[in-house]
Amino acid sequence: MIQLKDIIKIFTTKGEDIHAVRNVTLDINDGEIFGIIGYSGAGKSTLVRIINQLEKQDSGEVIINGTDIGKLKDSELRKERQKIGMIFQHFNLLWSRTVEENIAFPLEIAKVGKEERQKRVDELIKLVGLEGRGKAYPSELSGGQKQRIGIARALANNPEILLCDEATSALDPDTTESILDLLKRINKELGITIVMITHQMEVVQKICHRIAVMSDGRIVEEGTVKDIFENPKHEVTKRFVTNVDSNGKIEKIQKELKELYPFGQIVRLSFTGEISKKPILDTVLKKVNFPVSIVNANIGHSQIGPMGVMYVHISNGTESEYQEFVKLLRDEGVIVEVL
Amino acid sequence: MSWLTNINWEQIYEALVETIYMTGVSMIFIVVFGLLIGILLYCTQTGGLYENKYISKVVDVTVNVLRAIPFIIMVFLIIPFTKFLCGTMLGATAAIPSLVFTASPFFARLCVIAFNEVDKGTIEASEAMGASKFEIITKVLLPEALPAIVSGISVTAVTLVGYTAMSGAIGAGGLGNVAYLYGFSRRNGTILYMATAMVVIIVFILQGIGDYLVSKIDKR
Ligand SMILES: Nc1ncnc2c1ncn2[C@@H]1O[C@H](COP(=O)(O)OP(=O)(O)OP(=O)(O)O)[C@@H](O)[C@H]1O
Ligand SMILES: [Mg+2]
Repeated sequence: MIQLKDIIKIFTTKGEDIHAVRNVTLDINDGEIFGIIGYSGAGKSTLVRIINQLEKQDSGEVIINGTDIGKLKDSELRKERQKIGMIFQHFNLLWSRTVEENIAFPLEIAKVGKEERQKRVDELIKLVGLEGRGKAYPSELSGGQKQRIGIARALANNPEILLCDEATSALDPDTTESILDLLKRINKELGITIVMITHQMEVVQKICHRIAVMSDGRIVEEGTVKDIFENPKHEVTKRFVTNVDSNGKIEKIQKELKELYPFGQIVRLSFTGEISKKPILDTVLKKVNFPVSIVNANIGHSQIGPMGVMYVHISNGTESEYQEFVKLLRDEGVIVEVL
Repeated sequence: MSWLTNINWEQIYEALVETIYMTGVSMIFIVVFGLLIGILLYCTQTGGLYENKYISKVVDVTVNVLRAIPFIIMVFLIIPFTKFLCGTMLGATAAIPSLVFTASPFFARLCVIAFNEVDKGTIEASEAMGASKFEIITKVLLPEALPAIVSGISVTAVTLVGYTAMSGAIGAGGLGNVAYLYGFSRRNGTILYMATAMVVIIVFILQGIGDYLVSKIDKR
């Protein structure tokens, strides 16, 4: 378990203080995929870098499985770091080493013998699906393959924790998908706790169990993906959640729909989990006697099941009929917003 | 082909060997000192592995002062030191200390540039894996900077050949000496051109070897 207790980090540059992390307290459980989401400059990277002490906090404690790692001696900290893997947005591989040699690097640091090293490297190459590319240099591989080396390298010393700082931000959507699948599999099969930093809601939606939303150095909201999606409270969270539909084009979509359908009402419905599987719309539509047309929809799949947002246009009805429609949907557990 | 008989081939050959000897032996010292000073500068600079303002400043100023002194003046400046080391100030061996003094700071600068080119993220990733500072220097910094260092070695070696010619003219032997003594002073144009051609060929070979090695080891 990772426990962050009242962490504060202030950078001083040219006499100006930047409060990168302000009083963050957070518990991350063993075996979970924990997402930290926030806009650029929110302090996410600083926070994860504090977890493995690449950055020292100004106050507060970082306790990993009972050990206060801020108080460790240099040599003890280095031992501890071998148990915390980390992957990066820009992979940070060694250009001068082959794929195999890159993966062997953390094993060399951990003083693993040559034969055992080779055995472990072969296992890892298989695990991340880079068979046959072991002798290649990183520059000869694609971004997705480079990140696979990064992941294999991070897993080399059988860590209990894997920190990912924007691990998919430099990759295209398909490659992102495959890397996320790999991380999910690693979490399931090896039981490794994963801390994922990202500014992409799709990423947390797809693989995280719990998330924390960070803004201006603070954790403004924390909970399961389901809770956060169904009931976002903070302004920043709402922006992230609503941005999931059609990849951040929400405002544009809503504006367009209003222009396209000046009469009647546009209603936004969001579904999560079990209810997405039920024929709710069908049930509800049978009870109303005005036309309902779907004008925009986006359904995705997340850790907690399908998740979707749909816009419908209703017209030729009375105000009370509209209200009845909304009520029927809400009774079924759909989040409804009349625009 | 009568002009060829004007040349004392033995003499040219001897001079060639001297030039290669001066360049080669100096280069060994220059690479060792330059790398050490380069690593010291890189590590002590702001944000470095062993950040230390004072050491950094002192070494930095020393390097700049040494680099500012023209080679020919360096030769005269360190005569006492050269005499102490070599017992004389004449001959190929006696040329080595001043060559090393002049070129080491230059090469050290090239090393610092090479080290600073190494991706900070890679160094950070190594720290995150639990590498010690020593491991970071030997297993990350040096191998990653190697192509740039090798290219720096060939640049320095080329410059050094020029310096050996200069020291040759003031008594160190080598092709510079032949060119000056026989070519220039005794007005033997053939010898002058011959010595020049030799120097140019050495420079080309050095540069060629350097470029080849860099292309072989650069995996980026
Ligand atoms: N080494 C540093 N020196 C000074 N300021 C820093 C340093 N590192 C981060 N900061 C500042 O701290 C704040 C938080 O930065 P951080 O990198 O943690 O944000 P982030 O949430 O990871 O953003 P991004 O999504 O852009 O990566 C920013 O204002 C940044 O400028
Ligand atoms: Mg960041």
